[in-house]
Amino acid sequence: MPRDNSGFRELRLDAISRRFGGAVALDRLSLAIARGEFIALLGPSGCGKSTALNCIAGLLALTGGAIWLDERRIDGLPPEERGFGMIFQNYALFPHMSVRRNIGFGLAMRGVGREEIRRRVDAALALIRLAEHADKLPGQLSGGQQQRVAIARAIVIEPPVILMDEPLSNLDAKLRIEMRSEIKRIHQELGRATVYVTHDQEEALSLADRIVVLKDGVTQQIGAPEELYARPANLDVALFMGYRNAIAARIEGVEGGQAVISIGQIRLRGTAAGHPGGGDATAAIRPEDFVLGPGPNAVRGRAETVEYCGRDYLVEFLTQDGHRLYARTETRVRPGDFVEWHVPPDRVLVYPSGK
Amino acid sequence: MAARELREAGLDRTVLLTVPGVLLVLLLFIYPFAYGLFLSFAPKTGGIWANYARFFGDERLYGTIAKTFWIALPATLLNLALALPMAYQLRRATRLQRAVTTALVVPITLGTVLVAEGMLNYLGPQGWLNRLLIDLHLVAAPVRLIHNYWGVLLSLVVTGFPFAFLLTLSYVTGIDPVLAQAAATLGAGRGRQFLHIYLPLLAPGLAITFCLSFVQAFSVFPSAILLGAPAGPTRVISIAAYQAAFEDYDYSMASAIAMLMGLAQLIVVVAVLGLRGVFYRGPAAGAKG
Amino acid sequence: MNAEGSATSGRRGWGGIVWAALVRALMTFFLINVAGVIASVVVSSFATRWLGTWLPAGYTMRWYGSAWDEFQLGDVLEVTVEIVLIVVALSILIGVPAAYALARKDFPGKRAVTLLFLLPLLVPPITYGIPLATVLYRLRLGGTETGVILANLVPAVPFVVLVMTPFIEQVDPRLEAAARVFGARLHRVFLHVLLPLLAPGILAAGLLVLVRTIALFELTFLVAGPDSQTLVVALYYSVFAAGVRATQSIDAMAVTYMVTTLVWLLLALRFVDPTQLVTRVKREAR
Repeated sequence: MPRDNSGFRELRLDAISRRFGGAVALDRLSLAIARGEFIALLGPSGCGKSTALNCIAGLLALTGGAIWLDERRIDGLPPEERGFGMIFQNYALFPHMSVRRNIGFGLAMRGVGREEIRRRVDAALALIRLAEHADKLPGQLSGGQQQRVAIARAIVIEPPVILMDEPLSNLDAKLRIEMRSEIKRIHQELGRATVYVTHDQEEALSLADRIVVLKDGVTQQIGAPEELYARPANLDVALFMGYRNAIAARIEGVEGGQAVISIGQIRLRGTAAGHPGGGDATAAIRPEDFVLGPGPNAVRGRAETVEYCGRDYLVEFLTQDGHRLYARTETRVRPGDFVEWHVPPDRVLVYPSGK
Repeated sequence: MAARELREAGLDRTVLLTVPGVLLVLLLFIYPFAYGLFLSFAPKTGGIWANYARFFGDERLYGTIAKTFWIALPATLLNLALALPMAYQLRRATRLQRAVTTALVVPITLGTVLVAEGMLNYLGPQGWLNRLLIDLHLVAAPVRLIHNYWGVLLSLVVTGFPFAFLLTLSYVTGIDPVLAQAAATLGAGRGRQFLHIYLPLLAPGLAITFCLSFVQAFSVFPSAILLGAPAGPTRVISIAAYQAAFEDYDYSMASAIAMLMGLAQLIVVVAVLGLRGVFYRGPAAGAKG
Repeated sequence: MNAEGSATSGRRGWGGIVWAALVRALMTFFLINVAGVIASVVVSSFATRWLGTWLPAGYTMRWYGSAWDEFQLGDVLEVTVEIVLIVVALSILIGVPAAYALARKDFPGKRAVTLLFLLPLLVPPITYGIPLATVLYRLRLGGTETGVILANLVPAVPFVVLVMTPFIEQVDPRLEAAARVFGARLHRVFLHVLLPLLAPGILAAGLLVLVRTIALFELTFLVAGPDSQTLVVALYYSVFAAGVRATQSIDAMAVTYMVTTLVWLLLALRFVDPTQLVTRVKREAR
């Protein structure tokens, strides 16, 4: 029987690891999650984020490290004794039970009385606004409704921690944005600690208090969304955060705290991440940080293709020495036009190569 | 044009590809059944119900129904009772699962006749099993396991259990294990995961497995003769039908018995499938309480 | 145990461990007994004399020679091979096109046709075998090889249909559409696009029908005459008349039958999942 953990202060992951045979799926992830905090585990598929979630839930045994709920070590407990709420990618609703029975399942397992179950399920149904569908089977609901039932089923047991495994990935684009606000609203109303796995950086940025970026099982960076967005710790994180232009460059020197780099004949000032010695580096620039028109830190080229994106244009242009770059502008540009851009030095991130 | 109308109705030339197969089943399966039904009402002597009257008037004939049930029902229940926990235990695709399924295909493939011959050797008074029991001092004299009820029952387990197991396994593996994981995160331990998730979802499949296993056991034939006491307690209904046809050359009576055999199977199947409907809907409707 | 497959990290507790051990022990017990049943046939077929001991007094091959002569195994095998091969070929020829139509087209009466193909697999052979045999005898086909082949086609064709339909369903219909867009005629679509894609499925279905037909006793037993017996029927008669011949001789014949069946089974298992031998109704049941 899961014990009542609602008064906990923090969930602490202490260098948790998981291997499958010889392969390391998750390598020493450490993180302290405060009560009411929303954490996103972000990374491409196979990065270890789902492994981490399953380890927290107890669906996978750890091969190293420990999980603590305040002073209590819980990584030896089976999932049914941890009492965390979990929302699965394909919802995992019980097909043979009505919506009401699905939501009440966790309470029934805890031996809660009939009347109490009824009351709490009704409250949960009101929260997810599905009261009129209470007696339907999951198969009779739409994807978005099933998603809401899955959320209700996880929160009705009032778990200290809610775990979500790519809950929006099976929904279409419009519904995804709707459900995102719904998840945010429910989180704010209930204030549960939430661990949310996603491969969608936009989702992570909009929902999370803190984001953990994983790649190949290794933690790349942990930080607030703004921090990750503005100062990705390494090139991988930068690429994931929308720095679409990654250009091989040479560091020529350091002037006034800024790195001076050369990309073929182009010279740019940028912000160095880490210690800029000399030598090879990669410059990362987001398309929207380019400004059309002449200025310091200029890049010139010929527009190749132009995509109209509604609010602005995405221009793919070729520099004189053959670098293909992407930039966004609200000004109409035609393919074949000669374009000149500039970019603020603090928006050019320079990552020294070879570690 | 007629061709277009047919196409609009969904019938085009491709559908003609089913014709040979359909004809074959109609001519060699449906027609013989209908013919047999007709023939059963055209007895050698007497009115149209004479065969059936004779069947239910003669203990040697109507008694076969009870005897067959008495063998088929325990065998089916035993096979299912063994198959369910084993299939559940082996539900994950492991090398062990593959090895066991492969091993179990062997007795099914070899069939009842070979299994009967093997069991005559193995279970006989001089066979390895009795020898082992005596050497272990579990019994003083050989246990009689052949040429009686037990021989037939055991042969139905040897060929019927693998069948029930493989069928159940295919149903168990069809249930998404994530459902059990979801139940676990909601506080259900192993036992309750089985009780609340697997069992209700398996119920329809188990009903089908029961029906197919039962129908097979009910039509037990070669092993009832070779391993049983075909003149006494294992004179099952198929033996009566066979004797009527090939010993008395009374095809009309044989057809009547075959029809009754089919009817008895049908009644059980319909009953179980009807029960399945109630059972499956039960948990879903019970949610209102 | 491999940890990847384990659903939960928690310890199983004593109840779970005992339960798992019990289930495994039962399965092992069952398999040991099956192995004993089969092994006793094999050992006996090589025994010079085997009475009242754990193992025979000596070993010999001579029972195979005598079984070969006594039971005319040469003739029986020839008939068996002939019947089985014809049944396999015909059931593929009739069953695969029907499966194709069922997999690709929606037409009125499709459910009825599917049910029609399901029935002969659900009704046990002995139940429909007696009326079928009666009809075949009336048509003077009883006791002939033709009659045996016709009787064996009744479960074989539906089996091919039910194995092949899901197989064809998972072949992308756009491939055929593409071939036709590029100008291939229907029969060329079949020959150059469909056939190569379906070959593995046809091979599997063919092997499964082969194994099943060799082992199908009841129908052949009811329809066959002395010259049209297959191996399994001949084996039945020899076991039935036990006492007339030496047990070892019968067992030598049983081993011959076993080897013919298992060779094909092993071959079939290279291409199909073992559960496919029984789970033909799985799709309909859902």
